[in-house]
Amino acid sequence: MSPEVKPDFLISPEGLRVDGRRPDEMRPIQLEVGVLKQADGSALIRQGKTYILAAVYGPRELHPRHLTLNDRAYLRCVYRMATFSVPDRKRPAPSRREREISMVISNALQPALFLEEFPRAVIDVFIQVIQADGGTRCAAINAASLALADAGIPMKTLVPAVAVGKADGQLLVDLGDEEDKYGQGDIPMAILPDTGEITLLQQDGSFTREELLEAIQLGINAMKYIHELQKDALKRAYAKRVSELDEDDDEDDDYEDDLETDLGESDLMEE
Amino acid sequence: MAVYFQKREVVVPGQLLAEGRYRPSVGTYDDGERIFAAVVGLAELRGNTVKVVPLEGVYIPREGDLVLGTITIVAGNNWKIDIGGPYQASLHANNALRRPYDDDISRYMDIGDVVTAEVIAFDRVSGPYLSMKGRGLRKLTDGMILRVSPAKIPRIIGRRGSMINMVNNQLQIQTVVGQNGRIWIKAPNIPILRLAIKAFRMIEDEAHTSKLTDRVNQMLVEEMASLRDEEVDSSTDEKADDDIEVISDIPDEEETTEVEPEEDEAQVEEAESDEIVDPVEEETLTESKDEEDVDKNEEDVIE
Repeated sequence: MSPEVKPDFLISPEGLRVDGRRPDEMRPIQLEVGVLKQADGSALIRQGKTYILAAVYGPRELHPRHLTLNDRAYLRCVYRMATFSVPDRKRPAPSRREREISMVISNALQPALFLEEFPRAVIDVFIQVIQADGGTRCAAINAASLALADAGIPMKTLVPAVAVGKADGQLLVDLGDEEDKYGQGDIPMAILPDTGEITLLQQDGSFTREELLEAIQLGINAMKYIHELQKDALKRAYAKRVSELDEDDDEDDDYEDDLETDLGESDLMEE
Repeated sequence: MAVYFQKREVVVPGQLLAEGRYRPSVGTYDDGERIFAAVVGLAELRGNTVKVVPLEGVYIPREGDLVLGTITIVAGNNWKIDIGGPYQASLHANNALRRPYDDDISRYMDIGDVVTAEVIAFDRVSGPYLSMKGRGLRKLTDGMILRVSPAKIPRIIGRRGSMINMVNNQLQIQTVVGQNGRIWIKAPNIPILRLAIKAFRMIEDEAHTSKLTDRVNQMLVEEMASLRDEEVDSSTDEKADDDIEVISDIPDEEETTEVEPEEDEAQVEEAESDEIVDPVEEETLTESKDEEDVDKNEEDVIE
């Protein structure tokens, strides 16, 4: 890849961004649920050129044991970037940045989960960045919350996340890589959409008080939209499984077998 | 008072299901007035109870559950038993053996043995604890274990056992269905065993569709008929090669790798890949020997 050059402007004279978006326009987002067979739950997100896989295992037995929490499950997030995910080879050893983002993601997801239903267990969330083009921690949260839902883990709501930044004095939603690097600031955030609780709010660069408030408002609007996409992706994945099978049935509401059964004597064999 | 979902609609976490005086049940949470879905699944209203039938999930023990487990550790007076899911179970010798019993309880049941047991206690701080005092609870010495998703077990049993009884009657097999997603199957021969596995996989894959019992029944009737045809064919032909042919002619061979009883290593791999199966070593024993074994064990193990 040719060495990166700073673009001449981040906002064109027409008021458009480097990739032609309007300031409040997000990159195209594509979400897919249940992409990995081995994992209990999985999801893939493509947000512009950012490309991330999330896999969830568990709840399962926690090793090493000393991490055990007696009143709830331990949520273990691991955020990793592939060596080929950025133009300069990313050194494969876990970096300080990756560890921080792992923790930040874990903290952003935790308030949405009913971890107290699985004391002493662990829920593993593995996030692999295949290609990075800005906004990876937010895209990772979007994918991870879908993967958690796919694994059947009880949760209050899906968690959408987005970054709002500033370049050339203009607030921009969903920063791309160049805007992130050469812009004047970046505020990644995540919310629980139903209650409006904020579970992630970081900032670098400098914002005035007004800018910060406006950025949060822009972010909340974008996250509402992402939340719809998430719900849609999840329903699509499951509705497909249901309808494929249901086709040849005349939809009959009278179900013959009850999904709730007492454990009948029938399954204890008489010898 | 309002309900916001269709019958058996696919719902996602956080989706508003009902408002007013409904009772939240499994797979939901509430804020006092409104009820929301907590998992992905099919929403159902029964009476004034709202619940979401999950489509995925691990096994969480409940008191009274019948489970199938593999002994992993013999620790003094306890067996530690893997029953799947995040929690390892323990079975105290007092709950399995008649007194007096030998100090070395591995004489009765040892690492690798597969047992049927009941969950007698499980709460947030301790357990699960198992018991083998009860009708039909014993060490399993033949047959095989099939693993399915624990979320699909209610469907495999069916209302008052309708599904499992149908499969048993059609195939003339013995089964024990554990709530932890493990099914013990004892079939007279390999083709029938494969058919049983096919039936259970079908139920698992199509768990959320209607008229499933009828379709499984139909599938089994057809397959049994074709099995009988093949038997007739082979008995009229010459013998030697035919046994092999009978096996290789069975339709839908995807499952074949899972069953061969002799190839222990292959099976261990299979088990790791989570598809299937705890090999029950004694599988290869002859029928008559088996029965003796079972008898002996029952003396040892039960009450």
